[in-house]
Amino acid sequence: MRLDEARFADVVVLGPIGRVDHVTAEELKTALAPHLARCGPGHDHVVLDFAGVDYISSAGLRVLMLAAKQVKAQGGFLAIAGVQPLVQEILEISKFTLVLRILPSVRDAVAAASVATPAAREQA
Amino acid sequence: MRIRFWGTRGSIPTPMRSAAIRRKLIRALTQAIGHRLDTPARIEEFVDRELDFTIRDTYGGDSSCVQLDAGGDEYILCDLGSGARVFGNHMLAARRGVPGVYHVFMSHTHWDHISGFPFFLPAYIPGNRITIYGCHPRLEEALRRQQGAPSFPVEWAQLNADIRFVQLEPDRPHDLVGFRVTAKRQHHSGDSYGYRFEQDGRVVVYATDSEHKLDDRAETEGFVAFFRDADIVIFDAQYSLADAISMKEDWGHSSNVVGVELCQQARVKHLVLFHHEPTYDDEKLAAVLAETRRFEEITRGDHVVQVSSAWDGLEIDL
Repeated sequence: MRLDEARFADVVVLGPIGRVDHVTAEELKTALAPHLARCGPGHDHVVLDFAGVDYISSAGLRVLMLAAKQVKAQGGFLAIAGVQPLVQEILEISKFTLVLRILPSVRDAVAAASVATPAAREQA
Repeated sequence: MRIRFWGTRGSIPTPMRSAAIRRKLIRALTQAIGHRLDTPARIEEFVDRELDFTIRDTYGGDSSCVQLDAGGDEYILCDLGSGARVFGNHMLAARRGVPGVYHVFMSHTHWDHISGFPFFLPAYIPGNRITIYGCHPRLEEALRRQQGAPSFPVEWAQLNADIRFVQLEPDRPHDLVGFRVTAKRQHHSGDSYGYRFEQDGRVVVYATDSEHKLDDRAETEGFVAFFRDADIVIFDAQYSLADAISMKEDWGHSSNVVGVELCQQARVKHLVLFHHEPTYDDEKLAAVLAETRRFEEITRGDHVVQVSSAWDGLEIDL
């Protein structure tokens, strides 16, 4: 699965492209792993730019759940941003909107991540 | 074939509380404002035509018991939750003392799936024949253990029906009661078993108390094969997906979202949400149904899956 990457100071913005289904979910998990490992206080913040994701299955949602759990345990920051309307509906129906930090845009997410790091907000 | 739902609630029987009845009355009377309801007939028509399900009715609170009525003179049940009490009473009234033959397929022996048996009146009446099928080696022990001191005042020996137990082997078709029946082991504490019933090209799958591990592709494919081309899949949708894979992971239940996905892959005609969360009221269950139908719609490929939510008293004809 393609994963675009951009950096704003200590905020890494990762953009998966396409469908996150039962086949590609594992690819997403593998691609996210090194970024999540560096996500924590004094290290990186992670924003997932979902503008390029047009479908996510339960297996893909599980990858997001595991990512959120890992980042929470590390005391880091993870947010999802720019979600397409259909994927937003899937997140709402599955009640993932109650457990994930979801923000309207990448700019909002970077701003939220970089409260302690103004340089990132200025670059976003 | 007709499927009758005698108990659809998960985990524990859930009687409606007075606050819920009061809420229904207020909603009904509010909706009645402006209607001319001056005769019993007009009131009845208003209730039947104007009020939605969550006001005029209820999903009910009895625990798992589902009947497959294939038209024969013998009765087929899945599980003996508290809904079995209602079924038994209904049968006694309908048969007017004529002995009957009952076949029961047990998903597992957790309390909410066996607690109706001490109140299953056909078990007390001589001449009735009851055969209980299951894959658990301790099935008989589980039913005997709840029947008698210190749990119940009536001992097993006082059950006058002819009661037999038949051990089934999972993943192997058994020709029973006019059906080809195949059991499949499911992920649940102490294991549970789903049943695929096939008769004359019609297929009903009863798959409750089953958690699905989303990272196990082989397991998913196994259930897709088990559900393949079924007319109806009765599916444990107790939790939201978020709950099922986070705080309630390994609690042994599944979600509406996974139910839709499996039925889409298996090209099932009709998904019936079952084993309802006991903390959900009628409004919440109706909301879950509406969301599930919307999820099916927005994720649909070239195959439509009809989605319903089971309620105590629901009948579905195939």
